[in-house]
Amino acid sequence: MTDAIRAREGDWVEVECKLLDPADRSKNLPPETAEKPLMMWVKGFAQGEAALGESLTIETMTGRMVTGALSAVNPGYFITYGNPIPELTNVGRELRSRLAVYRAEGGEG
Amino acid sequence: MATKFDAIMARRGEIMRKALGMDYSVFEQSPVAFDYESMMTAHGYSLDDIVAIQTRAGVGNTPLLELRNLTDLVRSISAPGMGARIFVKDEAANLAGAFKDRRASVSIFVAKEKGYEGVIAATSGNYGAAVASQAARNGLKCIICQETFDSRHIGQPEIVEKGRICESYGAEVVQMTVGPELFFHMVELLDATGYFAASLYSSFGVSGIETLGLECAREMTALTGAPPTHVICTHAGGGNTTGTARGLKRAGATDTQIVSASVDLSGLHMASDNDFNRKSFTTGHTGFGVPFATWPDRADVPRNAARPLRYIDRYLTVTQGEVFYITEAMAKLEGLERGPAGNTAMTAAVSLARELPREATIVVQETEYTGAGKHHWSQLNFAKEMGVEVRAGDPKDNVPGKVIVLPEDIEQIQAKDFDLARMRKSYVRNALKNAPADYQPTADDIAFLAADTNSDAVAVEAIIAGLKEA
Repeated sequence: MTDAIRAREGDWVEVECKLLDPADRSKNLPPETAEKPLMMWVKGFAQGEAALGESLTIETMTGRMVTGALSAVNPGYFITYGNPIPELTNVGRELRSRLAVYRAEGGEG
Repeated sequence: MATKFDAIMARRGEIMRKALGMDYSVFEQSPVAFDYESMMTAHGYSLDDIVAIQTRAGVGNTPLLELRNLTDLVRSISAPGMGARIFVKDEAANLAGAFKDRRASVSIFVAKEKGYEGVIAATSGNYGAAVASQAARNGLKCIICQETFDSRHIGQPEIVEKGRICESYGAEVVQMTVGPELFFHMVELLDATGYFAASLYSSFGVSGIETLGLECAREMTALTGAPPTHVICTHAGGGNTTGTARGLKRAGATDTQIVSASVDLSGLHMASDNDFNRKSFTTGHTGFGVPFATWPDRADVPRNAARPLRYIDRYLTVTQGEVFYITEAMAKLEGLERGPAGNTAMTAAVSLARELPREATIVVQETEYTGAGKHHWSQLNFAKEMGVEVRAGDPKDNVPGKVIVLPEDIEQIQAKDFDLARMRKSYVRNALKNAPADYQPTADDIAFLAADTNSDAVAVEAIIAGLKEA
């Protein structure tokens, strides 16, 4: 069994906070938004120890102290490019060829 | 009982006054009108001053490139004698990768001059990166508030990337779920920190974009002997169009047609938790473009410096699939791999150029950086994961949030005109709605509304008469 993820003092971490309960939210929201709480995540340096989900205070990059539930330790960025899009694969070849034909036929180039 | 939200919003005016470093009440003239030009120039910086601020900040003087391959491609599908020359200002060459650096450089200069310890901006866009980068250079603390996730904690990849770059520049990034209360939390943070509100819509920010219009006029004159016949701007909150148009006018390019372009996201609700991750554009779309043009003062400042209806000659919309196609084409044909949102105007330019004679010149006045998350492949793969159908076909079959249709042929790219008369009417209705119920607009108010909608007193009076009948 692996050890549960824990933050130690000074670690770069992220905490999760509930900013507004549904009842406290702005009026005029569509129902699917109005029924959810407004949640917030922010990163900073752990001011103590905690396991995932436990309350922890962090010091953010501006020096603010924020207390929330520990949601990640050394949080990463997992955005990618992914695979090329098959419907676009031929665009470059097709347009280059069209341009070559136009210029060969005397279009200005 | 007043909620936490109501309590902060009730104090909003007082908090914002402190955070903006400027008293907007001095510009108010009536419940309808205010002195726009005085507000825009109250900071006291000349255009030359702003150029100097930006040069020092690593911003501006971006390359103006002629797109010869794209122009010839458009001519190959145009009627004889038609097909305008297309140029682009490669704004991705700014320090943090977008024209937003022009806005941020002036705001951060002002914050530093006025002695603020830090700055805060509410933005899920490139403006966050711009503010964070300029704040880093000036030794100011920086908080960026983003609307990043749906309620399942799934992040829009473009916004996640912008969060990453802001953190890379040392900003504190406060990431939230969907909802307009992003502004509520920003106001709470301004109150708690005493930082400067680096609003997208302040006169500082919008003045910073005037240099872009100035460069378009000067550089085109140097290159072609005249200012461009058309400048086309990707349009969201309206600051880009407003600042660019003002700069062109200040450079004497009064005949240049100002065209705005947005991605059509009609039918999607901007505050919907369900719709949030079913759109592939987080800016440059009609979901911001239309509401902000028809009521600019919904912004986070008392009076919005971005008032695009004053300047727009034409407003075009394009589909998400058309923009993705042109983004792919730009990389393959012109060696410009740039972000899709910034290519919105480029897509509309392809359509516009076909309608114009060869002698016409179109400047697409921005590009933006791209990368994992922002890239069109990232967005299309994400759309598929979110259940949006992606297929090749006729872009007319595009349905925002449901189907992204990638054109099969460049000839299918066809921008649509958005009805400006309808927008002007909607603006006048909103302006009157925000005045007390029994308020009768004066002749000065009518003159203000005419200037704010780029029309005349007769047209405004006709709109008001029409609203009374309705």
